[in-house]
Amino acid sequence: MEVGQMQRQWLDYTKSLFLEGFLDGQFLQLQQLQDESNPDFVVEVVSLFFEDSEKLLNDLTSALGQQSVDFKRVDAHVHQLKGSSSSIGAQRVKNACIALRNYCEEQNIEGCIGCLQQVKHEYNMVKNKLENLFRLEQQIVAAGGSIPMTELGF
Amino acid sequence: MVKMEDIGARILAGDHQVQYGQNQRTKIKALVVDDNMINQALHRTLLRNLGIENHVVGNGREAVDVHCSGRRFDLILMDLDMPVMNGIEATKKLRAMGIQSTIAGVSSRSVDENIQEFWEAGLDDYQQKPLNFPKLVSILQKVNHSV
Repeated sequence: MEVGQMQRQWLDYTKSLFLEGFLDGQFLQLQQLQDESNPDFVVEVVSLFFEDSEKLLNDLTSALGQQSVDFKRVDAHVHQLKGSSSSIGAQRVKNACIALRNYCEEQNIEGCIGCLQQVKHEYNMVKNKLENLFRLEQQIVAAGGSIPMTELGF
Repeated sequence: MVKMEDIGARILAGDHQVQYGQNQRTKIKALVVDDNMINQALHRTLLRNLGIENHVVGNGREAVDVHCSGRRFDLILMDLDMPVMNGIEATKKLRAMGIQSTIAGVSSRSVDENIQEFWEAGLDDYQQKPLNFPKLVSILQKVNHSV
């Protein structure tokens, strides 16, 4: 595939992520912060997000599996995950966290467990999408092209 | 092409006609207080892109300690919910110590939710997370006017 085609693919894929609600405007802010002096910023921050989220999701699974659930602890973890997902623009993960927090406030264990499944589902989807996006970017750069950020049009 | 650092310098110069040269500009110093690693990376990069020197700590206690060691900042970006010491306690302590730096509360709580206590602790400004370039520029305009 030649560079022009790859760039068009990147543009279409990126736009679809916004249209389908996986990403929101905050992700654009991250892209704008990337420049020659900080060329890998987005990948770095998103990688931090993946690492942090996986740990939080494990902690949440464990906390909700306890005999006596410590809802304060669960809430603290969800708060962190909501904050991180919001900061990188992972809109659907953030919204799932908001729903989980509501069940947590009600101390509804079943609700929390069901909602946690939803959070994990959204997280895995956005992780997959972003990894695809970064792979496309690597291919473009490897072929000597540049990422057409300014052509996103928003 | 206008560089981000020049934009930062112009914001600090306010509406003055004074031209700030690279070497004449006093670098503004900021302290990021947040327990979330992703937010730390984001806030650091936002500040750095505007040519603002920054230091990062992970909770309110560390923010107080860094001031006890003698360091001073023009701007403090203060998160609310943090372990060990939260943003309200830290802001109160810093004001009690006589710190007059611009303190901007940065939290995920919306302006409707109970942030009155945070304001009363001694904030100069408040922005709801996630922080981005337009919100930071808005905060910086407060720094300029208070000097």
